[in-house]
Amino acid sequence: MEELGGEKSNLAGVRHILLVLSGKGGVGKSTISTELALALRHAGKKVGILDVDLCGPSIPRMLKVQDKDVHQCDSGWVPVFVDQDKSISLMSIGFLLEKPDDAVVWRGPKKNALIKQFISDVAWGGLDFLIVDTPPGTSDEHISTVESLRPYQPLGAVLVTTPQAVSVGDVRRELTFCKKTGLRVIGIIENMSGFVCPHCSECTNIFSKGGGEELAKHAGVPFLGCVPLDPQLSQSLEEGRDFIQEFPKSSAFPALSNIAQQILDVTSSQSS
Amino acid sequence: MAEEPVAVSPPHDCPGTSSAQAGKAAACQGCPNQRLCASAGPAGPDPALEEIQEKMKGVKHKILVLSGKGGVGKSTFSAQLAHGLAANDTKQVALLDIDICGPSIPKMMGLEGEQVHQSGFGWSPVYVEENLGVMSVGFLLSSPDDAVIWRGPKKNGLIKQFLRDVDWGEVDYLIVDTPPGTSDEHLSIMQYLGATHIDGAVIITTPQEVSLQDVRKEINFCHKVKLPIIGVVENMSGFICPKCKNESQIFPPTTGGAEMMCKNLNVSLLGKVPLDPQIGKSCDNGQSFLSEVPESPATSSYKNIIQRIQDYCGLHQSQEK
Repeated sequence: MEELGGEKSNLAGVRHILLVLSGKGGVGKSTISTELALALRHAGKKVGILDVDLCGPSIPRMLKVQDKDVHQCDSGWVPVFVDQDKSISLMSIGFLLEKPDDAVVWRGPKKNALIKQFISDVAWGGLDFLIVDTPPGTSDEHISTVESLRPYQPLGAVLVTTPQAVSVGDVRRELTFCKKTGLRVIGIIENMSGFVCPHCSECTNIFSKGGGEELAKHAGVPFLGCVPLDPQLSQSLEEGRDFIQEFPKSSAFPALSNIAQQILDVTSSQSS
Repeated sequence: MAEEPVAVSPPHDCPGTSSAQAGKAAACQGCPNQRLCASAGPAGPDPALEEIQEKMKGVKHKILVLSGKGGVGKSTFSAQLAHGLAANDTKQVALLDIDICGPSIPKMMGLEGEQVHQSGFGWSPVYVEENLGVMSVGFLLSSPDDAVIWRGPKKNGLIKQFLRDVDWGEVDYLIVDTPPGTSDEHLSIMQYLGATHIDGAVIITTPQEVSLQDVRKEINFCHKVKLPIIGVVENMSGFICPKCKNESQIFPPTTGGAEMMCKNLNVSLLGKVPLDPQIGKSCDNGQSFLSEVPESPATSSYKNIIQRIQDYCGLHQSQEK
């Protein structure tokens, strides 16, 4: 069927597909997806981001391209390039909305149909990494995304949690989802892990501490690291700035660079 | 012999198999199930709607807790709202958790591990206090690792059951905690409760634009489905360092926060709740933050907001009379 032929050609140039998941909302999936993309770019890689959060697409604004439009070409949609060098490209439903405040009030079947299109009809070209940012949960979007990506053997999934038990509780379910769907878990990130007061340097564990690391141990998956709460990071994302380039002294920078390096290590051990 | 549907991915723009347009829309051309959908005839009214309406007659006030954005504190707020309202032991409070994939309420209410029991009157809610009952998919799962990997229609079926089959009894306040987004669960709760009276929605956000941009969509959704908005709560609004007492904006309101958004969209700002590490701790331990840390500024914020919600519901009740 031409659909399958189309899928083959548009993802054929993508070397590694990485999903960013969490059972829980608001833990920093889009943040991590964006920062990973920026860090991988700084390591000289060509990166695409596919934002399959149809109800709450956050990535366009985080990369300052919220006002851009998507164009069509012969092979499908041309993703939006974030920079002059075309080293980061992005596809999101955010680009298809007439007004940014328009709510996408769709039931499952319609969401599934668009996700399949996003996976088969975006002309990514050659990419080192395609990062797939997902909404919270284990439902239509996740099932459709994993099913559609299966023929392309994704590298795996990075799971994001915050330290407290209420988040970890949902991420445990996401681990089950990965197991059931045969998706490799590259590791768990514990985000919003501690806040260092910029005035007095006192560290407060606002959302508790250690839950992500404990979960990784309990589940037997790698722990990729703790990323602290960092107002400079939040501000960067609000303004669509390149945090990795502009804030190397920031408290979240070492953790984020470290995580990107671990992803690169996974891909190089895969090729060898 | 009844024709069986063929398992295929639905066409782009599939109107949905239970829609009035099923089999008849332009998008249906070429779908192997087109004939089946078209021949099904107009779907009659779901009998459950009437049953739910009957069940809801004993519920005086219904409040939906919504947000376009995940992780802003909907469940946390729902839990505190439930505790706050139930502090008056003459009031009967019910807390319904329709987040099917990520049910946080059992843990937050200290009810992890509880199971649902059946009685002659239906499913019994799990009671935290005599006057505070809770229902969640969490009580139907046997292990904390169990994932609910369901597509929309199955989730909708469970929501219908929660409304139709749970023996809530006579209730003063029914609080419905929702997952983030504007999708199946939200449409279903409006579909099933739409014919009954819903007092309104409390919308939760955090100060930064990345949340507000999703919350504006949720406000848009409320207008579309004619759900009144009681107001917006700005959560995680500033953090006071316990050591030096200086304030930090961890989630900076770069576009004016909820205050500016509410002004622009003409909705009420019910209040702002600061970040307090004790909130997360109480939730993790299944305790009422309002009771555990009564001296926290966050507790007074919550209590003021809860009072405003009660006033709103009371005002509407007297208007109805």
